[in-house]
Parts: sequence; structure tokens; C-alpha cells
Amino acid sequence: MAVCIAVIAKENCPLYIRSVPTQGELKFHYTVHTSLDVVEEKISGVGKALADQRELYLGLLYPTEDYKVYGYVTNSKVKFVIVVDSSNTSLRDNEIRSMFRKLHNSFTDVMCNPFYNPGDPIQSKAFDSIVSTMMVQAC
Amino acid sequence: MSPAQWDLPPELCCRPMAFVALTGLDVVYNAIHRAIWDAFCANRRADRVPISFKVLPGDHEYPKCRTKRTSYEWYIPKGILKTGWMNKHLNLVPALVVLFYELDWDDPQWKEKQSECATKVEIVRTSLQGRNTKVAVVLIQKKTPLPPGEDLVASERASALCGACDLSGKSLFVLPHTDHLVGYIIRLENAFYEHAQTYYYNEIRRVKSHKEFLNKTTHQLLFVRHQFKMGFFSELKQDTQNALKYYRTAYSLVHELRAHETNMLEIKTMAGFINYKICRLCFQHNTPLDAIAQFRKHIDLCKKKIGSAELAFEHTAWMSKQFQSFGDLFDEAIKLGLTAIQTQNPGFYYQQAAYYAQERKQQAGQLCSHEPGVGYPAPDPLETPSGALDFYGQRPWRQGHQSIDPPDSEKEKQGILALQVKERDVLHSELVIALLSNAVAQFKKYKCPRMKSHLMVQMGEEYYHAKDYTKALKLLDYVMCDYRTERWWSLLTSILCTALKCSYLMGQVKDYITYSMELMGRASNLPEEQKSRIEKNLIKVLMNEVPQPEPDCDLASVKTAQSLWSDRISLAGNNEFTIEVQDYVPFVQCKAKFLYPSFHIDEPVQLHVYVRADCPHPVRFSKLCVSLSNQEYNQYCLLEDASKEKDILETSTQENMCLVPGKTRKYCFKFVAKTEDVGKKIEITSVGLMLGRETGRCVYLNWRGGWGDAASSHETLQASRSFKRRTRLPEQQVDWDTVAIQSSTMIISRVPKISVQLTHEPPALTNEMYCMIVTIQSEEDTVAKDIKLTAGLKPGQDANLTQSTQITLNGSEVCDDSHPALLPDIPLGDLQPGQKPLYIHCVSTGSRILLFHVAYSVSATVEGKDINCKCHKDETVTLETVVPFEVAMKFVSSKFEHLERVNVDIPFLLMMDILSASPWPIELVNSEVLLASSMTPIDQPQSQVEGVTLQTSECASECFLLKCPPVQNDTSTVASGHYFISWKRKSAFAETSVVRTMVILPHVMVENIPLYVHAELPSFGRVRESLPVRYHLENRTGLVQDVEIGVEPSDAFMFSGLKQVRMRILPGAEQEMLYNFYPLMAGYQVLPQLNINLLRFPNISSQLLRRFLPSRIFVKVIFFRPQIKNNGRPCFLVFLVGPTLGLRYLTFFFFTFFYQLSK
Repeated sequence: MAVCIAVIAKENCPLYIRSVPTQGELKFHYTVHTSLDVVEEKISGVGKALADQRELYLGLLYPTEDYKVYGYVTNSKVKFVIVVDSSNTSLRDNEIRSMFRKLHNSFTDVMCNPFYNPGDPIQSKAFDSIVSTMMVQAC
Repeated sequence: MSPAQWDLPPELCCRPMAFVALTGLDVVYNAIHRAIWDAFCANRRADRVPISFKVLPGDHEYPKCRTKRTSYEWYIPKGILKTGWMNKHLNLVPALVVLFYELDWDDPQWKEKQSECATKVEIVRTSLQGRNTKVAVVLIQKKTPLPPGEDLVASERASALCGACDLSGKSLFVLPHTDHLVGYIIRLENAFYEHAQTYYYNEIRRVKSHKEFLNKTTHQLLFVRHQFKMGFFSELKQDTQNALKYYRTAYSLVHELRAHETNMLEIKTMAGFINYKICRLCFQHNTPLDAIAQFRKHIDLCKKKIGSAELAFEHTAWMSKQFQSFGDLFDEAIKLGLTAIQTQNPGFYYQQAAYYAQERKQQAGQLCSHEPGVGYPAPDPLETPSGALDFYGQRPWRQGHQSIDPPDSEKEKQGILALQVKERDVLHSELVIALLSNAVAQFKKYKCPRMKSHLMVQMGEEYYHAKDYTKALKLLDYVMCDYRTERWWSLLTSILCTALKCSYLMGQVKDYITYSMELMGRASNLPEEQKSRIEKNLIKVLMNEVPQPEPDCDLASVKTAQSLWSDRISLAGNNEFTIEVQDYVPFVQCKAKFLYPSFHIDEPVQLHVYVRADCPHPVRFSKLCVSLSNQEYNQYCLLEDASKEKDILETSTQENMCLVPGKTRKYCFKFVAKTEDVGKKIEITSVGLMLGRETGRCVYLNWRGGWGDAASSHETLQASRSFKRRTRLPEQQVDWDTVAIQSSTMIISRVPKISVQLTHEPPALTNEMYCMIVTIQSEEDTVAKDIKLTAGLKPGQDANLTQSTQITLNGSEVCDDSHPALLPDIPLGDLQPGQKPLYIHCVSTGSRILLFHVAYSVSATVEGKDINCKCHKDETVTLETVVPFEVAMKFVSSKFEHLERVNVDIPFLLMMDILSASPWPIELVNSEVLLASSMTPIDQPQSQVEGVTLQTSECASECFLLKCPPVQNDTSTVASGHYFISWKRKSAFAETSVVRTMVILPHVMVENIPLYVHAELPSFGRVRESLPVRYHLENRTGLVQDVEIGVEPSDAFMFSGLKQVRMRILPGAEQEMLYNFYPLMAGYQVLPQLNINLLRFPNISSQLLRRFLPSRIFVKVIFFRPQIKNNGRPCFLVFLVGPTLGLRYLTFFFFTFFYQLSK
């Protein structure tokens, strides 16, 4: 399961970021922030013509010694980043994909909320609980 | 041990090359030998064989070979790899020893020399006792050798020499010292290389042969050692594929070793070495993915092998080194042409190395913080008898020890203590920073700006830990703005906290204030109590006091900082700081706006400044000032602490200048604009807010453009998108988000109180002097002075209109091109309400916009200030111009028949029809024809339309009788001349002037005719009365003409004269033909047709000539007179009542009867 889940706005500012409380929160913030380099590169790398059929899931962004960082970009250029512990080898690509899909669905619900102002930090409880199901349960 | 203990030995990192020793060369004193040596070692490029040469004296002692073991049964190895082994085979034990000896085949002292050479070979052989090293002899000869086989003496002596020296023929070489030295040397070199390869091949086989004697229980270490050696020899042999294979086996064997705390370091060291070799070879084989995979495997295997917990820092140091050396290898491969990508570049390895270095530092901090009394143990447990270790990765105090438990626990403790003490002195931060800066350089190259920033933050923090605050601050300050623009507040806050500590410890007042302001503001996510602490400190600094130290700072540094700060207090001057807010997110926000986008000059300009603070406690400011683009107004937009001058504190101002957190304050300013600024823009260039006192320390926050810091543009955007209902705020409170920005305003002129009326009768007629009357009426309270009218074509229309429109004030004469299309500034003086007629001359039709601009000045009073206002009013009107009339012209014959062409000297008519198109009546004053030279009038042409007035769509016509003088050619087109019409609009509204319009008459074709015929006859005839008709035939040619003339009979006439005649007419002569017609019937009668045939000009038909002759004549009825009655003839009176057929028939019958009677 994930150790950190983040939603990043189109302009690359964080909309939502949550990590397991056991380790330094700041470290995850930096990890997510630096992963945007790869996301940006991947988005810009894809040809403009193919942008419509572009796969939203970006796959493994970059491996660090301890974590694996996965990325996902919606069509409106909102980025999702999931950080997984490197030692967690049981997690397959498919599972990561489904996590992103769940996250995207929940994010869509947030966006559909007429009281949510796009660009504001996400404070939805429903979104929070979806994220909680995907996070490593801190014991 | 130095920090370099973790560095890989150079003999491991270099590329192994076959070692060949050269003896017998005197490179110092012998020029030839020197040249030979130079040829060997100079220009060793990639295309030369990889050999490392060394010149050794002939009697050089090579390392002794240990006696060969016959059995391994009782042998217990003491370690994996001897520290000297690699160096020994790289630099000490040659694969081949070459003896250079000067000897020509025909040397006179051959025998002696041969034996001397053999002795020398023997000496070398002796010193290589036990080694498989080959020996070769090179004879340096002065003469060029003959081709092989030809020199019998040479081959004989060569075999003799080989025999004497106990050499195979392949090991004897000849080096003629001639011009082609380098070529010979290269050939020699290749031969040496072959020998060396054979040597290493044999070495590999020798090592391999040991294997069968080994057993897995006691000789595990030897398995690794032998595999490594074989790999190394393969490398020396340049067989990298096999080398890789051996190293890989060695690597897996290393991990099969029984690992325990005492030998962990040795295993890791060797694993690191072998891993290094494998990765290096993989990169060399251009299989970087294999290298990366190997390295990952290596790290995964070794990560957990920490070893002794008390020396945990050793493990992290080793890990750091592993990453660093892999990064170096990777980088080196890239320099040789490998391409790296964003997600796989050396930067990651340097970064990880830095991470482990940091980890090491932390562990060192925990493990090495001994009591001050604990010193370095004596005797030094790290001292070894030889000064170096025997085996790689072993402990100096128990070398060769291979059992699980340490032999001496006391010694072990001392050793660990010694290592810990050593570690304490390592400058960890330097290591970390060096690695980080390596990583930064890599990430910069691979387009990872955020990673780079992150690493720079780490570097900054490391500098902070290393107490190099200046550098720390520089780095942090550099990256701060990246995080600010991307609005990662959590990260920014953490960076700011470190920066604040640095600035505190250095006593940097301005930086301290800046960072504090940002940390107190909305961009920081510090908890409230932290913010409150920072605010208190900031207030202290502004009061020129020493702030409380930041938490978690080094105590010693805090001491120095405090003294620095107390120095700052006494320091006079330079206590005013300006902070440009747009680069930060300070705790005070400001928005300045003009109330309206424009102000009339006669009303005061109003300006509101909204200020809000986000800090936890209320804060007072001492000055608020607005700078405007026109600085003269700045004095009106200033709010200052009144208590500066007077000590009496006015509660109202006190309250006014205090910012309560979360509440928006509004400050209103008002000023009267200067009259010179009419039409100009006034902009808010900046708003300044002063915190602190001018007497003490003060900070100016400067908002350029009057609002906005680094975060506000996004906030404004979000606020504008938001659907959130604005909560109703109590009176005098403003919702911050609803304050819109209006940072500039226009000063516009006063609303004019005059009316401008235009009186005219549209449309205008082309070329007419069209009159427009402008009526200006003042509704001002005071006198409107200096009225100026600008009238004319509105600028910015079609350029053709400018040329075809002229304006004048003088209507009595027609304008020409010299008149302008726009008359500017017609002075009208002070206003007595009045009128002004204007005349417009429009040469072309179409609509045009006319502008009437009335400017005047008037004095007014605003806010008790008298100002002289300039006002103006614009009035535009669209004027349609139409053609007043159309003139149609045609040429007709004297019979009013339309003429395509006219004939020379034959009169014709020019007819004009003037059709009025004007909606207003037009009076035609006069008309005139100005003929061209090709036309002459027959009578005095006089206007026939003079004084005629035409209503809309009425038509006036006139005609002129003209003829053409002879022309050169038979036919030619000639100009007719001009027609002028003088006219004017008939208007009761204003006096209009006469316009003379010119019309160009059409061209016409003039034709010569050979014969001109005209008839002379009375205007009417009477029945039964003779009607003499004289036909004139004029020959207009220079030729004699034969003319045939016949007269057709007619029912209406009887006639006398030549019925058919043929005659000749001389050139220029005229022939007359007289006929007496006797009309028989009354009414319009067709005359008997005259048929003229010109024999010379058959194409001139009689039809054409008949055109000149009258075809009909009116015949009147006769009245019977009384005398006729007297003759006794019966008499009837016949009245011709009407031209009906019946009556005519009757008449005819009557005449016939009458005629017979009279007979």
C-alpha cells in the first residue's frame, strides 16, 4: 500500500498530500515535488497529436533507494502521485493502476461538487477516506 | 585511518595492462637507448597494444616467489585478497623481461659479446626464480638487416646466440637503429604483447589448477581469491569477456562466505571491489543496464550487512562510497559516449551517496559522542608492524583472524574506540556537500530542476550544520523563489525556518526581518505559537532590541550571535530597510485602488488603500504612503504617525494605524488633480508601509503597483472563481477578496455645459458650397472664455475624402484644393451665444463624417480651490453628398435625327438635357458652350436655359447649331469642347453662391462626303399650286463626277423637270436642278424621291444622300376665291377637317372631278 498520496494541480502546486505519519512528512513532500520533474518531462515528451489518446498512467516515475514513485496525469493536467515502499514487492503494476483509477474517480467527485473551487486544496472527507483505504495503515 | 580509507585502491580502478620490463637500456646517457625508450612510451594511443613498459636495470630484483605449496590440506587462508597482490602484478612482476643488447651480426668480437649477452640473460633468469616470466633478447644493430634467409652469417649466429642464451628463436629480436625506428618498435611491441598474453594465459591456468586441491569447508576464501585472480589476469590479458565471467563467479562466491561480525568488513570490501570490476567491465562492454542491474543486486545484498553496531557509520560510509564510485563509473561512461536519461543518470547515485554520507554523519554523531575524558587509546590498536594491512578489509589489531569471535575482547574494544575517535574528526559535512554538488551538476544536465532545488536545499542545510551560514543562506535564498512560485508552502516554510536561523546566527538584520515576515504570513504553515514567537522577535528587532534565539541552534553559535546582535544595536545608520514585496509573501497584504477608472478635473480624485495583516498579534505601523506617477500628489496620500511630533497620543490615530489580524483596514485619500493632467493617466507606482520607527529601526514594505506579493495573483484568481457566498460583514468592514484593483485612473476634462447645434439642409450637392451653420450656446454659470471651434472632416476617414472636401468660412467664392479639409481652432472669443456659417465644398459624392469640436475654458471651484477648466464638446454629423443634376448630350441632324457621325460643312445640332437629381430646387443661372477649334457655331450661341429653375427630376434642354470645318482625313474623331452650367441652390435658408459646373462635350466622328445635296423649297405647298424645288448638287471632291439623277413618280405630285438625267459636275462646282412640283393632295405628303447615283463612288448610296433632303412637305388646301365663281364654274368649298382616310379619298375624288371639269 501507499506511503504517500498526493494530488498536484495543473500549475504544480499541491492540492492534497498525505503521507504515513511515521516518517518525516517533509521528506515525502520533497519526494513528490521532485517527481514532478519526471512527470513534466513525460507529458511534454508525448506528441501533441497523441495527447487525446494518451495513457493517463505514467508508470514508475523514478526509483529511490527506499521508495517507488508512480505517476498519473488526468486530461486536465492534474497529477496524482503515489509513493510506495520499495520493500513492498507484492504490489503489481495493475494494482497501482487500479489505485490511480480509484483516486481519479474520487477526484472527479470532488470536482463535481459545486462548492469546490478548482485550484483550492482538497478538503473533502469522502476523498480523504478513499485515500485512507489506499494508505499503509500505521500501527 | 584517513577518510580515504573508503576510497577504492588505485590499482583496482585502473585499467590493467600487460607489464613488460625492459632491461639493458641506458636511457640517461645513451641517446640511442633514449630514442628507443621514447618510441616505446611516447604516443601510446588506443591503437597501440595495451602494455605498460618499465625500464629496469639488468640486475633488478623481482619479488620473490613463494615456494609452491604441494598440498592445501593443512592450509587455512588468513584473508581473501592480499593488499599487495594487484600492485604486484601490475607493476612488479613482469609478464616479459626484454634484454636489450648492442650487437651486430658482423661484430668483430662476436664470441665475447655473445657470452656477455648470455650472462646477462642468466642474471635476469636468476632474479625471476620460480616465476613463469618470459625472457626475450633484442639486439640493437647499426646496420639494416638483409631479408631473412639471405644473410647466412646472421642466421647462423642467431641460432648460436639462442643456444648460448637458452632462448627460443621466437624470443630473439633484432632492432636496427635506422630511420624507421617507430615502425620497428611497433612490430616489437606486438611480439612482446603476444608473449605477455601467453604468460597471463599460463598464469590463469596455473591458478585454475589449484582448484582441485581446495575443499569447501576450509578454503572458501580461496575460491573467491582464485576467481578474482583469474579475472584480474584475464583483464591483463585483455580478455574482458572472460574476466567478467570470473568476476561474476567471484561475486557470487563472496556472498556464499560465512559472514559474521568479525569478517563483515572484509567481505563487504571484497564484494565492493568485485562489484566495481563487474560494473566497470559492463560499461566498457556498452551494456549499462547490466551494470545497473549488478549494482542494484550488490546494494540489495549488502544493504543489510551492517556489521558491528558500534561501527555502524562504517557501513554507511562504505555504502556511500559504493554509490559514489558507481556514479563516477556511470559519469565516465557518459563522457565516453553513453547516453543517460532523466530517470537514470549518475545524479541519483551521487544523491544516494550523499544520503548515506548524511546517515553516516548522524550515526557518527550518536556513536562517537564520547565523554570528553575518553581519549585515543594507547598503544594505537590501528598500528600494524608493516604500517599497512596484509589483507583488504581486515582489522589491524587482529589481522588474519578468521574465527567468529574476536581473539581478545579488550583489544577489540580499544580498536572500536580508536575507530570511533577517528570518525569523530571526519568532516562529514564536507563529504556530503561535495556529493550533493556532484548530484546537482548531474540533475542540472538531465533537466530535473526540482530535484536540483531539493539537493540545493540539502546542501544549504548541510552548510548550516557545518556552520557556514553565509553559504547556506545563499543557497537557500536561491531556491526559495522556486518553491514560492510553485506554492509548495510546506517546503517553503521549512526552508525559511533554516534561513531564519542562519540570518539570526549571522546577525543579518534585513534577512532576519524578511524571513520573519514571510514566516508570520499566510504562506507559512507554522503553528500559531511559532508565528507568535517570531512576531515577538520581529517587534524586538524593530524596537532595536536583541531577538530571542531561534530554537535548536548550536549553543556556541547562539553566543556569538547574541554579541553580534548587541553590536547591531549600537550601530548607527543603515537601520532603514526596504523590502520589495512582490518577491515575498509577507504577513501584510495591501491593495490600493482608485475609486473610479476616471475622474473629471472638477471633482477630487479618491484613492483607497486596503491593508490586512495575517500575523497572530495586532501590529502597528507608523507610516503609509502612496507614490503616484505624478509625484506632486504624493503629499496628499500620506498617513503618518502623529505621535512623532507630539507626544500626546491621539487614540484615534493610534487605533487607526494598528492592524488587527484578519481584519481589513481601509484608508481613504483625496486630492484635486492639476489642470495640466487633463487627459493623462495617474498610476499608483507603489504603496509603502513603514513598520518600526524612523528613530530606531524601520522597514519599508513596498508594493510595486500598489498591490500584490508573490502569492496574490493566484489568490485573486481563485477568489474570482469561487462561488462561495460572501459573508455579510458588519459595517465598515470589507471582504478582502472583493476588493478589485484599479491601479490607474484618467483625469478627464470637465463635462462641457454648452450646446452645439448644426443647421443645414442635407444632402450636399457635388461641387456646391454647402452651408452649415454652427450654433453654440453656453449653459455655464460663468463666462466661457477662449472658445475655439474646429470644424471639418473628421480625421481618420478615407484619404480620398480629405482631398475631395474643402472647408472655408468664406462662402462668396468657390474653394479650391488649397483649402483644408479641417479648419482647426477658429477663435470665437468669449461666448456671446452666436452662429457661425461654414461652407463645405464636396467634390465627390458619398457620405462623410464632419466633426465640430468646440473647446473653451471656464473657471470652477473644487474643494475650495479655484481651477481653470478646459472643456470641449464634439459634435459629428454625417453628410451625404449627391450629384445636383445630370447632363446628357447628343448630336442630331437638322432633322432631329440622331447622328452617329457628322459631315463636314453640313450643319447639325448639339442638344443638352439637364436633368435635376437634387432634392432641392436648382436655379440655372447661365449656360455656355465653349467650342473646340474643330467646331464652329452657325449662329451666335446663346443660352436657352438662363434663369430656369428645375425642381427634382425636372429636365431642361437646349440646343446649338454647329458645323464642322473640313477635316484632313475622310473620317476623324474630334473634340467638341466644353459646356459650362452656372447654377445655384435655390434656398431660402442662406445666401448661396453660383457654382459653375463644367461638362466635357463628347467627341464626335467627322466625315467627308463626296457630294452634298440640299434642296431649296418653300416651307409649305398649296394644292394645285406650283411648288418650285431647287436641288443643289455640290461636288466636294477634286474629281469630275458623273451623276445619275432620277425622280420617282409620286401619287401626290405631278412635276415638271428632268425625270432622268446624267450629268457631269466639275470639282468644286455646283449643279442646280429645278423641279416644279405640283401638289395634288393636301396634308403631309412624301415628296417624289430623288435617286442620285454617283458612278465614281458606288458605296455612297442615294439612301445616304437622301438624308440631306427633306422627304415630306406639308401641302395646304386652297380656298376657292370669288373670282373662280365668276368664271361660271361650279364651286364647292371643301374643308379639310381631319386627316382621315375617308375624307382624303373624298378630297382626291373631288380634285379629280374638279380637274376634269376645268379641262
